[in-house]
Amino acid sequence: MDMEMQATIKKLVDDLGTSDLVVVIGAADAEVAQVTAETVTFGDPSFAGPLAGVSLRLPVYHILEPEVKQAIPHDIYDEQAGFLELVADTEEIGKRFKEIRGKIGMV
Amino acid sequence: MKIMFKGKRVIVFGDRDGVPGPAIAACMRAAGAEVVMVATECFV
Repeated sequence: MDMEMQATIKKLVDDLGTSDLVVVIGAADAEVAQVTAETVTFGDPSFAGPLAGVSLRLPVYHILEPEVKQAIPHDIYDEQAGFLELVADTEEIGKRFKEIRGKIGMV
Repeated sequence: MKIMFKGKRVIVFGDRDGVPGPAIAACMRAAGAEVVMVATECFV
């Protein structure tokens, strides 16, 4: 995640607070999605950006997780995101995101 | 566990090679969430 994006998120959290705030990610690559998720949860792993050492502990979800899919009307989901279910490793993505949420005490 | 987005405020990180930000935002709005930021990242 670039520096500008990190600064934007930090300002957003400073302005809104973390209450009821969640992050939803759409990267098809599990590794890329995980790094983005960990940056907004535990801070910038490269320790270079505005989120370095800033643990926002925001709940993170991936749009391809089955639990996320269940929360969205089926027709909208199929139209907007369903195409990627066929090519992405949704099981691996779900496993990684559950682990990250587990570290902040969420399932 | 059932995840509920109704009433939540959502930061969206789409991906040009995955699900784009506006598509995720549309899903979240349909699920009853308020989208507060939409970004589409490009990692290439």
